[in-house]
This record gives sequence, structure tokens and C-alpha cells, in this order.
Amino acid sequence: MKYAYYPGCSLKGTGRAYEESLLAVFRALGIEFEELADWNCCGATSYMSVDQLSSYALAARNLALAEREHKDIIAPCAACYLVLNKTQHYMHDYPEIKLVVTRALSAIGLTCDGHTRVRHPLDILLHEVGVPAIAAKVKAPLRGLKVAPYYGCQIVRPYATFDDQRNPTSMDQLLAACGAKVINYSSKTQCCGASQKGTLPEVGLDRIRRLLSEAQAEGAEVIATVCPLCQFNLECFQEEVGNAHHHISIPVLYFSQLLALALGASAKIAGLQRCLVPVKRLLTSKEIAYA
Amino acid sequence: MNLQRRVKFEAERDHEFAQWISHEVGGEKLRHCLQCGLCSGSCPLSLYMDYTPRRLMYLAREGFKAEVLSSLSIWLCTSCYACIVECPKNINITELMYALKERAIQEKFYPRRFPVPVMAQQFSRMVRSSGRVTESWLIMRVFLRTAIWRLLGMGGLGLKLLRAGRMRLKREKIGHRREIGQMLDTVEATRKELGA
Repeated sequence: MKYAYYPGCSLKGTGRAYEESLLAVFRALGIEFEELADWNCCGATSYMSVDQLSSYALAARNLALAEREHKDIIAPCAACYLVLNKTQHYMHDYPEIKLVVTRALSAIGLTCDGHTRVRHPLDILLHEVGVPAIAAKVKAPLRGLKVAPYYGCQIVRPYATFDDQRNPTSMDQLLAACGAKVINYSSKTQCCGASQKGTLPEVGLDRIRRLLSEAQAEGAEVIATVCPLCQFNLECFQEEVGNAHHHISIPVLYFSQLLALALGASAKIAGLQRCLVPVKRLLTSKEIAYA
Repeated sequence: MNLQRRVKFEAERDHEFAQWISHEVGGEKLRHCLQCGLCSGSCPLSLYMDYTPRRLMYLAREGFKAEVLSSLSIWLCTSCYACIVECPKNINITELMYALKERAIQEKFYPRRFPVPVMAQQFSRMVRSSGRVTESWLIMRVFLRTAIWRLLGMGGLGLKLLRAGRMRLKREKIGHRREIGQMLDTVEATRKELGA
């Protein structure tokens, strides 16, 4: 089955390493995909705050485009994954939303009957490829690298059916299969503060500080994320959240970057040159292949 | 000294507002709220809120419109959906927060230059005109309208991101931009027809 890959806006910008490494993982595992032609922004949390009905119509355009190609969608970004799934659910549950969206789509010659599945890469990797098949393809094991798996909010809540909403473990399983030592990270589903670092910095920084300090205190050497906004928040403000007594420096990678490395991708293909917190010394000190 | 009465009179309740919220998506079960507080307990942002989610939901359903719409709590909600997972009565609190944000923006119930609604509006404007969001432009537009001096402090990070190839300056656009406008016009027309 060929999937419609829906990158979303962030994976073309700050989250480029997510796209590069994820597509490398798909290729290494033989997952067929094609970028959804002319996709538009899902609307994320912002559009929904301004006009909910319009935001469902905008999100549904992507569902309809995939439906026309008879493909299921892969949405790696947490916000995209949630919004597309939510739109699917609400069109089913609320006749009024369905009516508005259907008319908006028909104005541009599209239809959406709700059969397109919106799936997250974690779901595909775990349930379509499977842990044994991935473990069998590991070429450069992660040699006990201590990873804190950070899921954040919108991947598992409230629409994901592929993992537990309170204690997700899908990323844990994938990373362990690659030879990492997965930490029992107590804040793994706590919110990173989303865009509050930009809008309400005191609050945003406070969230980020807590998450980073906890990962460090629990012995993590790297934090693995599944969301471009989580990754950005946790990686880009470490100097700001630390102070003279408490220095924070911990690489924050997309889970797909670690997977890509383990499956034999070069550092460049895994997008490691895009990290702001350097990761090379840590990986080479663990004798993890870095080329 | 600014003395204010802390207790509300029955006559001050806005029944239209209470009706409205219970008919919004997610509000169907608002009447079933037990005031158990699991929403506030699970909310990572409740520590910073003026009204915690439990209190806010109660005020909303009883029709205390001004208190609810001018509360900073609705802007602190990041839509992490933790409350929904815990609510024993399946009240869709996150969705109600969206309804409150939408109404607060429509009726301008937020402090001038308050960044969260400004960002939401700039974001949606960008989606309407281009179909996609370019992060660098969005950040610039929000800071220009809220806290221009903070743009200066962002220069260092911007440069690092640029060097790492993580910041695009060129505006992202979809091919069929007209379709976005056509869809949104149809939504508007249908909304009017439905009287919503």
C-alpha cells in the first residue's frame, strides 16, 4: 500500500530534519509513499481558536485530496495528526459540521466520505512493519545510548488508537529494537508549552525547564521527540532555561533520526547537521557509527 | 483601595451565554460536570491560570460571560487534551476552550497586544492567503504586533536556525490558492443559512 505523505508546514521549516530522517527510515524499510500533492496547512491549534468551522473545512481538503488518490495519510507532525483525525471524527459525529465541510469541498470539486485513515509513523512502524522486522535491519546499533522518549500531547491524546493515552510505549519499543536503553521518563506525555515560549515566555520557559531537568535527572543522554514543536522548544532554549548553578545541555533528536542512524543512514541523511545542541561527540564516545 | 463584591447575584448571569456554551461542540455534557477537579489536576498549565479549568467550566455553564471570556485561562490552554482523558463525565473541555477563544476574539475580550490571540489571528490570515504557514514570517508578524523589542533578542537563534537550514525566508504557498478562498466563502454562506 502506498501512503500519502502529509508533511505539514513545520517539516518544511524548523522540522526539516524530521522529514529527512523519516523518509530515510521509510526507504530503508520499504514503506512506499508519495507527498500529497498541493496539501494545505492543517490549521493547527491557531486556526481553530479563530474559527472552528472553517478550520474543519481546511483540514478536510487534505483528507479529500488523499481520498481522491485512494490513499491513507501519514502525518508525522503531532498537530497535523490530531487535527486531521479530529476533523474525520467530527464530520462523523456532528451532522452540521459534515454539512458545512461537504459544501465547502464541493465548491472546489472535492468530496470526503471519511474513509481515509490518518496514521502516525509510529503506528505504521509498529503495526505494519513490526519490531522484529525493524530489529532485523539494524546495521548500526545504538549501543545502550540512554534515551528519554518524549511523546508530548497530541500524538496519543485523544484520538490515537495505536497506543496507551496515559503511558504510551510505541517509541520505547522502536528505540529499544535499535539497541538504545530507554529511560522511564516520567514527563513523557506532559505538554511542552507549545507556542507559549513565543507568546507567554515566562510560562513557556518554565515548562521547558521542568521537562529538560527531569530528563537529565533521570539519566537521559538524549531526548527523542515525535513533534516538531516539542523538538524546537526543548532544543532551542537550553541556554535560556539554564543558569550558573544548573547548566542544561542535552541533544534533542527526532525518534526518526535515531532510527535512521541505526538502520545505517549517514549523519547527513539523518539530518544531524541541523541540531543546535551538538550530538557528534556523544555518539562517537558511545562508538555509535557517525559518518 | 479597590473593593469589589466577590459574590454574584442571580440577575447578573447571562443566560444566553450559558445556553450558547452548552450547544457548542463538546458542551453537550457540561451539565453533567461533577466538579471533581480531575481536569485542573491533570492540566499542566492550571498552575498559571486565574480560573482553573474546573472553575472556568462551572462559571461558563452558569453564564458568567465576562469573567470567562476575559479570563487568561483560555489563552493558557495549549490543547494538550490531558483533561479530556481524565474527565469521568466525558466533557470535551479542550473543545470548549476553543469555543471560548473564538468568542473572546469575536467580541474582543482580551487585552490589547496580548500575544496569544494575536498569533492565532496572524496564523489564520496567513493560511487564508497562502494555504500554508511560513514559520519565520509568522514569528515576525506576531512580534511586530505585540513586543517588537523581543525580535532583537531572537536574532541569535534566527541566525543559528538559518545556518542549520531550518529557517525558510521564502513564503510557502500552495498551487490552488483560490480554492482556499472559495471554501471559506462557502463556509460563511452555509453558516449564515444555518443561523449559527
